[in-house]
Amino acid sequence: MRLLVLLTALVALLFIGSLTVGPAGFGGLSALAGGDGPMPLIMREIRLPRALLGLMIGLSLGLSGAAMQGYLRNPLAEPGLIGVSSTAALGAVLAIHTGLASAWILGLPLAALAGAVAGVALILLLAGPRGGSLTLILAGIALSAMAAALTSLVLNLAPNPWAANEIIFWMMGSLADRSMTHVWLALPLMVVGWLALATTGRGLDALTLGEDAAAAMGINLGRLRLTLVLGTACVIGAGVAVAGAIGFVGLVVPHLLRPWVKARPSQLLWASALGGAAMVLAADMAVRLILPDGDLKLGVLTALVGAPLFLHLIYKTRRGLA
Amino acid sequence: MTLLSLEALSVTLRDRDVLRDVSCSVSRGEFVGLIGPNGAGKTTLMRAALGLVPSTGASSLTAMPLAHRACHAAWMPQSRDIAWPMDVETLVMLGRVPHLSAAARPSAADRAAVDAALDRMQMQDMRHRTVTRLSGGEQARALIARTLAQGTPLVMADEPIAGLDPAHQIATMQVFADLATEGRGVIASLHDLGLAVRHCTRLVLLGNGGIHADGAPADVLTPENLRDIFGITAWFGDTDNGPVFQPLEVIR
Repeated sequence: MRLLVLLTALVALLFIGSLTVGPAGFGGLSALAGGDGPMPLIMREIRLPRALLGLMIGLSLGLSGAAMQGYLRNPLAEPGLIGVSSTAALGAVLAIHTGLASAWILGLPLAALAGAVAGVALILLLAGPRGGSLTLILAGIALSAMAAALTSLVLNLAPNPWAANEIIFWMMGSLADRSMTHVWLALPLMVVGWLALATTGRGLDALTLGEDAAAAMGINLGRLRLTLVLGTACVIGAGVAVAGAIGFVGLVVPHLLRPWVKARPSQLLWASALGGAAMVLAADMAVRLILPDGDLKLGVLTALVGAPLFLHLIYKTRRGLA
Repeated sequence: MTLLSLEALSVTLRDRDVLRDVSCSVSRGEFVGLIGPNGAGKTTLMRAALGLVPSTGASSLTAMPLAHRACHAAWMPQSRDIAWPMDVETLVMLGRVPHLSAAARPSAADRAAVDAALDRMQMQDMRHRTVTRLSGGEQARALIARTLAQGTPLVMADEPIAGLDPAHQIATMQVFADLATEGRGVIASLHDLGLAVRHCTRLVLLGNGGIHADGAPADVLTPENLRDIFGITAWFGDTDNGPVFQPLEVIR
């Protein structure tokens, strides 16, 4: 309970912090409510969508990461494992390549969502009807590899270095220069995904004891897997569509918070969601503070911070096992 | 009152008939030891009864809706999976999952059930230890406590005492026998025939794809059955210390 209050306060603080950081200084929270002039405009049209997207994407990554680790009973699982983020990225890359992205503001996100939908359809088809987790991992790996290969092909066939550059920069993941349109595009899908993932807690708890024991405790494993895949696809597909691929949050945050919730998968869901939001908001503030004039990509920073953190956690786990 | 009834249950796995036309029933007050050589189908029989493997025929458990079944029969699988480093108390509380709604916090009744299960398995002093750091036998006892905490009339366990030290083997068999005395039903697959004879109220011997013998321990562990199914000889005596069973030699 104390953890809930603590994490919520941290997220709220970082959200407000995210509104204050930028080249134009801080316009005061009242600027969000209304008023004319450049400052209220910056607050409402640039900073607010950026902070909201950071919050939403962080929640999504943390929540789906915790759900995925709980379902696969493996602390190395992450939301990208089912391949949906890769196929969504492929859709976006195709949109950039064909010029759809520059012709229409919604071209890129919608193409990414189409990629995500295709990815979900493929993985459900590949993984088969029964509720096993092994086929899901294998199908996810195959799908990710396929999508990555096709993404490379698009890069390979890029008409000029600038086009390739644009694709590479987009793939690093960023929240810069997003608008409320992006928020409204992602929010409905994410809410559906959050609700779906929030219902998996009981099943994930039971799965701690293995698939057989969970099934005997009244958990419908087929439905649990379907809920998990669709929920993850909704939040991750929408996230990639508006911000590109942001790695390591879904992997590190659940791992980091697990000891604080007595390792109960159902409790980890909400804790990890809040933790993910805090991490993305903090990282997005950091990219603006570290290189105010440059364009440090959010995905690069989360990987730069996340990977060593993960190494440290592995080291700690190893010592705990010895 | 009958807790489980199986009618002509057959299981075919990968074109191999594992079980053919098995019929039996288990009532309240019975502690049934399911015995038989490796591969006789003990695990498969229990999993089929629970609806965890596809089967033909009828099982009273699979006829129940999923949620209802989970409140009627608890299942302890042979593989002792514990995915996360939780403490013993939290692990045992997982047995209450069928009784909780989606986000409900554990009630006083849930805590009482966990307490009682820990008491029975003599694990109160370990309740705050991290279960993944315990020894294999201690983990097994925690998982038995988890199964008991589910609070079901019927308890089914697959080799529950494998890997336990002698004292805890005997204590665990006594726990199951007590459950039966209290009017619940227990089915456990066992390899230790000596303990089975002393504690079970009834033995079911599986062999050749079906039930070979079913009844009181002395009626099931006859020299003929031991020879035909296990391929062993044994000494079986009624002593002042209760029935004693000791396997002796392999018959080739």
